[in-house]
Amino acid sequence: MTYLIKGARVLGGDPADLLVRDGRIAAVGASLSATGAEVVDATGLVALPGLVDLHTHLREPGREDAETVETGSRAAALGGFTAVHAMANTDPVADTAGVVEQVWRLGQEAGLVDVVPVGAVTVGLRGERLAELGAMADSAATVRVFSDDGHCVADPALMRRALEYVKALDGVVAQHAEEPRLTVGAQMHEGDRSAKLGLTGWPAAAEEAIIARDVLLAQHVGARLHVCHVSTAGSVEILRWAKTRGVDVTAEVTPHHLLLTDACAEGYDPVFKVNPPLRTDADVQAVRAGLADGTIDCVATDHAPHAVEDKECEWAQARPGMLGLEQALAVVQDTMVETGLLDWAGVADRMSVRPAAIGRLTGHGRPIAPGEPANLVLLDPTARSVVDPAALASRSRNSPYAGRELPGRVVHTFLRGVPTVTDGKATR
Amino acid sequence: MAGSSPAAPSSPNARGPAAPGALLTAPDVARVVDRMAHQLIEKAGNGLPDLVLVGIPTRGAPLARRLAARVEAFSGTAIDVGTVDITLYRDDLRLRGVRALEDTVLPGSGIDGRLVVLVDDVLFSGRSVRAALDALRDLGRPRAVQLAVLVDRGHRELPIRADYVGKNVPTARSQSVKVRLAETDGVDEVRVTEQAEGDQP
Amino acid sequence: MKRHLLEADDLDRADATLVLDTAAQIESALSGREVKKLPTLRGRTVVNLFYEDSTRTRISFELAAKRLSADVINFSAKGSSVSKGESLKDTALTLEAMGSDAIVIRHGASGAPHQLASWVRGSVVNAGDGTHEHPTQALLDAYTIRRRLGRLEGVRVAVVGDVLHSRVARSNVRLLHTLGAEVTLVAPPTLLPVGVGSWPAEVSYDLDAVLPKADVVMMLRVQAERMNASFFPSAREYSRRYGLDARRMAVLGDEAIVMHPGPMNRGMEIAAEVADSVRSTIVEQVGNGVSVRMAVLYLLLGGAPS
Repeated sequence: MTYLIKGARVLGGDPADLLVRDGRIAAVGASLSATGAEVVDATGLVALPGLVDLHTHLREPGREDAETVETGSRAAALGGFTAVHAMANTDPVADTAGVVEQVWRLGQEAGLVDVVPVGAVTVGLRGERLAELGAMADSAATVRVFSDDGHCVADPALMRRALEYVKALDGVVAQHAEEPRLTVGAQMHEGDRSAKLGLTGWPAAAEEAIIARDVLLAQHVGARLHVCHVSTAGSVEILRWAKTRGVDVTAEVTPHHLLLTDACAEGYDPVFKVNPPLRTDADVQAVRAGLADGTIDCVATDHAPHAVEDKECEWAQARPGMLGLEQALAVVQDTMVETGLLDWAGVADRMSVRPAAIGRLTGHGRPIAPGEPANLVLLDPTARSVVDPAALASRSRNSPYAGRELPGRVVHTFLRGVPTVTDGKATR
Repeated sequence: MAGSSPAAPSSPNARGPAAPGALLTAPDVARVVDRMAHQLIEKAGNGLPDLVLVGIPTRGAPLARRLAARVEAFSGTAIDVGTVDITLYRDDLRLRGVRALEDTVLPGSGIDGRLVVLVDDVLFSGRSVRAALDALRDLGRPRAVQLAVLVDRGHRELPIRADYVGKNVPTARSQSVKVRLAETDGVDEVRVTEQAEGDQP
Repeated sequence: MKRHLLEADDLDRADATLVLDTAAQIESALSGREVKKLPTLRGRTVVNLFYEDSTRTRISFELAAKRLSADVINFSAKGSSVSKGESLKDTALTLEAMGSDAIVIRHGASGAPHQLASWVRGSVVNAGDGTHEHPTQALLDAYTIRRRLGRLEGVRVAVVGDVLHSRVARSNVRLLHTLGAEVTLVAPPTLLPVGVGSWPAEVSYDLDAVLPKADVVMMLRVQAERMNASFFPSAREYSRRYGLDARRMAVLGDEAIVMHPGPMNRGMEIAAEVADSVRSTIVEQVGNGVSVRMAVLYLLLGGAPS
């Protein structure tokens, strides 16, 4: 199938036409024409390379009542993503070649985004001994990102070995930075609000201490380190310092940490319970600045679907995590573009180019140019809408943005030249 | 307060002149209270020392004190006075909303075996009196209970009638009877107005 | 008054004073009476929904509701809702369907009463939630102070002990501040929350420096298991530095009183001779609790929402 996309603003620039043929971008230019091509009117729409998420929880296998690879893939496509990394904390844990291949195959069958499995660093996420990282790397899923996300690889010796070992696989360890002894029973950011609300605090230092330790370890063994969901101003400072020293470290920030603060906890609605927790306004400003100057490399959703019964309960008993795939781009437009911190080229860099590079995805995060894979998202930056959780494609409803007006609308998504979203609707 | 002296309940010094159109003015109120005091003395007869005047707040309380002062002045017998707050006994809390409670104060000698005369400003539906009777039942066992009101405006909803009435005032349901007393309002007067607000059921 | 009493800040100064005044009126109305019962809430249903054991608080609320002639249902549900089947929300909706007008809730999770209030139409009274608040305890403490000292404005209150885990401390700091008292929190730094600096209270680590200026010393219960988590080195050291014993009681002013929300650890935070002294209001607090809870139930349930 051939598509002629008319009048799209590539990376927010001047309008141009894009000819998509056989899964690739065949031509970019003014007033293109092609016989037999289906014309897509993209007047006023911004074209970006398909978004890449380094951090998604698809819950399959194990919690198909909260999300499946298929429903999560649909949510991703509607959010403008063409590739998502599926985290390893499923049941069973994705710590063997068998499980990662199963997830990868389910993604292929859904066919809405490239589902890229993340392998567990340690067996069962227990932090005791390394999982068979090589077998997962060599499997059909070609795992390159390894993470115990949800748990920190807290043992410094084990973390060192993991960092070293994945060098041979061209892999990276994505660390959930949380010193477990400092966060026993933690429920929210430790500060004025936790003191008032009587919820056990999750100190910023518990994140920063692990990041500081890990960048030193990564430098010592000459390995690549990726830091998941950076949430504090102190973490940004440590990363900036590490990058100045030449440490091969990358980092991500979630949409919710770009927008929301611990003030959200005041009504005790567990939809705002997340790990790491929502921080202060100063932290929000710092992570935005870090993302703008490249200290934080990318936005990753930490999309964490939870069944109603796991969220409609007491705060302390609720599971941490919130949905992110479908509103990620809107939140980035709201917090980074409309504040002047990033232009659309910057958004493409932080939401597609850099995450693809970190995950070693060769077919994603490419320039919008002839010969490149036609992984594209077309969005209307002038649209505004109020988030309705009932209208989400995710199987779960735990969106922290419910009732909030956000800018932007994903109109079309193409995965290797095939529309996965047309006029804001998933094609399958 | 100028009007709080029981010996001079209708002192001309009471603050605020009675506006024209009042049903009862300060001298009228004083006359009515005097008459009710005489009736009390006459009816109680030898039982006068057993008499307890129990006012229903807000305005029943100062009225009870005035009556007691006049009874004392006319008879030379000291009269016990008390108040009983009926708020927690009302059956219309749901309709009227909560209000601050007022004092319930009984004479040290109690009310058991005595003649209690409840005192209120306006008798209307009878519900306040019923609530006061319920409250009295929890506070002791009087020999008899009677009722004295400054104004009876009719429209009873319960089988209750006053033993001493200062003035019968035929009214329409839509009207409002407003009693003001020097102790609580700075002036003695009774007026009938057309708006229903301030109903005294 | 708001429809619910979830935390001390739900009461402004006028509301809080109204509760205390109402409690005083109720107490005097009932004092010396054989019939300690009022018909005020006849036909209303109050549910005591207790997810934590607390016999004294439950009985206090039960007595308060019964003295106002409300129908009382006691519903104990130990353990968390998630691990024990029915969720808090399902329980709440069930109770509401049965016609409850008010739910008095005690729960181990901070914020559970807030959530409950968002699910039901009736009034919710927080009878203690996790490490968050216990507003009726603060009201009865304020009532007790006002009765003993005759005032709250300018009264200097030292709150001593495990502030970090104490819902009593959180509610007292806010309510006493609302009512014009001056609160000083006294604890080892490990038992003060990060963020305590934003509270309307002074903070001290030195009990001996605070006691001579205090009009009220409120001792908090310190649980021995905190010792195992290294909040302090030993019960003995805690008691020596932060316990109220006869020697420390001797430096208090003549009128100063000693309070404790109970249950006490005699010999730990409070010595027996202090707990049993004339300064101690500990038994009085229990009695005042019923009057204050009657006032709260009356004010929340007595009438139509304005």
